[in-house]
Amino acid sequence: MRLPFGPIELPPRETFADRESLLAKVMLAPAVLYVAVLVGIPFVLAILLSFSNARAGSLSFSWVGLSNYAAVLSDPTFRRALLNTVIVTVAVQVLVVILATAAAMVFRAAFVGKRIMRFFLLLPWAVPITLAVMAWTWIFDSTFSVVNWTLKVAGLLHGWLYWLGSPTLGLIAIIIVQVWRLFPFATVIVLAGMTSIPQDVVEAAIMDGAGFWRRLFQIELPFLLPVVTVAVLFGIVYTATNMSVVYLLTGGGPADSTHVLPTLAFQRGIEGLDLGQGAAIALFLLPFLLVAAIGMLRIARRSEMGSP
Amino acid sequence: MAAVEIRDLHKHFEGHRAVDGVDLSVEDGEFVVLLGPSGCGKTTLLRTIAGLEEPTSGEIRLGGRVLSRDVPPRARKIAMMFQSYALYPHRTVFGNIAFPLKALHTPRDEIEEKVRWAVRMFDIERYLDRYPRHLSGGERQRVALCRAVVREPQAFLLDEPLSNLDAKQRTTARDELKRFQEDVGITTVYVTHDQVEAMGLGDRIAVMNAGKVHQFGTPAEVYEHPADIFVATFIGLPPMNLLESIEALAPAGMLVGFRPEHFLPRSAFGEDEDVTTFRYHVRRVEYLGSERYLYGSLDAHEDPEKPIIARLPAMLRLEVEADRTHEFAVHSGQLRYFDEESGQRRDPPGAARGRADA
Ligand SMILES: Nc1ncnc2c1ncn2[C@@H]1O[C@H](COP(=O)(O)OP(=O)(O)OP(=O)(O)O)[C@@H](O)[C@H]1O
Ligand SMILES: [Mg+2]
Repeated sequence: MRLPFGPIELPPRETFADRESLLAKVMLAPAVLYVAVLVGIPFVLAILLSFSNARAGSLSFSWVGLSNYAAVLSDPTFRRALLNTVIVTVAVQVLVVILATAAAMVFRAAFVGKRIMRFFLLLPWAVPITLAVMAWTWIFDSTFSVVNWTLKVAGLLHGWLYWLGSPTLGLIAIIIVQVWRLFPFATVIVLAGMTSIPQDVVEAAIMDGAGFWRRLFQIELPFLLPVVTVAVLFGIVYTATNMSVVYLLTGGGPADSTHVLPTLAFQRGIEGLDLGQGAAIALFLLPFLLVAAIGMLRIARRSEMGSP
Repeated sequence: MAAVEIRDLHKHFEGHRAVDGVDLSVEDGEFVVLLGPSGCGKTTLLRTIAGLEEPTSGEIRLGGRVLSRDVPPRARKIAMMFQSYALYPHRTVFGNIAFPLKALHTPRDEIEEKVRWAVRMFDIERYLDRYPRHLSGGERQRVALCRAVVREPQAFLLDEPLSNLDAKQRTTARDELKRFQEDVGITTVYVTHDQVEAMGLGDRIAVMNAGKVHQFGTPAEVYEHPADIFVATFIGLPPMNLLESIEALAPAGMLVGFRPEHFLPRSAFGEDEDVTTFRYHVRRVEYLGSERYLYGSLDAHEDPEKPIIARLPAMLRLEVEADRTHEFAVHSGQLRYFDEESGQRRDPPGAARGRADA
């Protein structure tokens, strides 16, 4: 029997694309180089600096052992900054997860003007952070605060709130801005996660008589957990390492009461020229982030396998 | 338990009529099967009964109560089992089965008791602490059944529940399901496109096509007295043979049909039986062990696209050779007549009896 077409001609020799092991190395090289040069070296440098008495603008330095760490740990400003970092990071994640899930619920439904709303949703993410924080400083301004005026008009406020002039309100302001900045990203992630919830399982829950909250907490959230975990993981890193919001909003004040680790490290290390102490402060972020990352990844893997 | 009444139900998707005027009354405790080809609207009809889809028009009653759009699924007391089972992957078997009871705020010890009752009935007590992903298809199906029945629903809707099982499991599961339904006596609507399943399970079968119910009757009625050409050719494997107007048999504009198993060599009938004989040219013989299929054509009716099929049981040991013309016959009482235009079944014309090829 004759086939209507001839045999397929194989290409005469191996091309570059056929050599997969070489191809893999070539394609990974830029990423490895990037990590080594721009992450690895500065990281090692930071560790070395934290054991030295190096000062910015001078080339002479000597090893001082753990004295930078000792100084930092006995410093109440540092302890306040460490506590603030924890408070802000945790509070922001909790609020972002709640708000993002709620927003994703809304955006999942079909409604008029969804596209426009989605555009507005992503706006905080797209606006340059310095610009956005400038706007927020006006919102929290001691004289012109829109928040205060709104609360007053609504009859909810009788005195006057000096947002950036008090330690507690200052921290709250920082949390508000961080939440505002992060929640669009989290919403997008949760929305993507929602598409992975099998529709028939949700419908089975409806038929089984589960109401909205029972469905949300007992059926849908377990499906969302891996993806929410990723959002929280990113959120922790974003919030804990972010300097610009605090720096621009309160500058760490009043009286150094709203510092977080990055701003304090910047103040001591760069503005105060004490590179060693700055590095030591900044390195306190590391175990904190590491523990968070490992914990989160573990939860993600476990829920992927389906056991609670 | 309650009867389900469906009146002139429509469900349209952007102009596409998925359910197109369905009337159906399912009696209390009855097992009704919706049977039809893929895409004919079976799932849509089931989901509309469940309340997961809002009907475009029409009425559904459960136990006399109208299920309008403001009766949400949870208030309908209907249990539904999905084709994929839709078990909750993050809950154990116990958690899955207990879920509907928890949603009803049943006291804890009552939940325990009911779950035990259900798992004992379906013989899955061993698996209570497992997660669905550690269960086989058949076990999952039984968990899904348990979850559907613990709540003691008024009606039970099943969408192709056996389609994920292999052939052997399916036979056992079918048996179990039927026995369970008879024990509990729940009004059941069961969707399938497998006619063997439909014939075996249903007290009555609703044969659907393109959103309409073509016939609603017992398996015997549907098989023996198909209401129209669609039912005649959809039910039965191989389908009913249809001959276009043979003058000797029927007036013009009528089709004559007979089932392959009624089409046998003339010698298989007694001399004085009332039969209609045909000269049958056999082209091919298929030996299937328990029976033989013959493919061929009638002298009076040549259409190579649509062979006339005869189905000879193994008991009938007559030699039938291919590429020969044989004398075959059908009991005249087994001939069915259909209107060519409308497809509807017609009464047999009184005079048309005798030899077709005379
Ligand atoms: N949500 C929907 N939107 C638009 N069309 C739909 C929708 N759901 C179903 N349909 C259409 O309605 C028709 C009937 O679908 P349905 O799922 O009820 O078929 P079925 O009989 O259950 O088929 P199968 O045996 O393949 O499951 C199909 O043509 C399908 O494309
Ligand atoms: Mg279907």
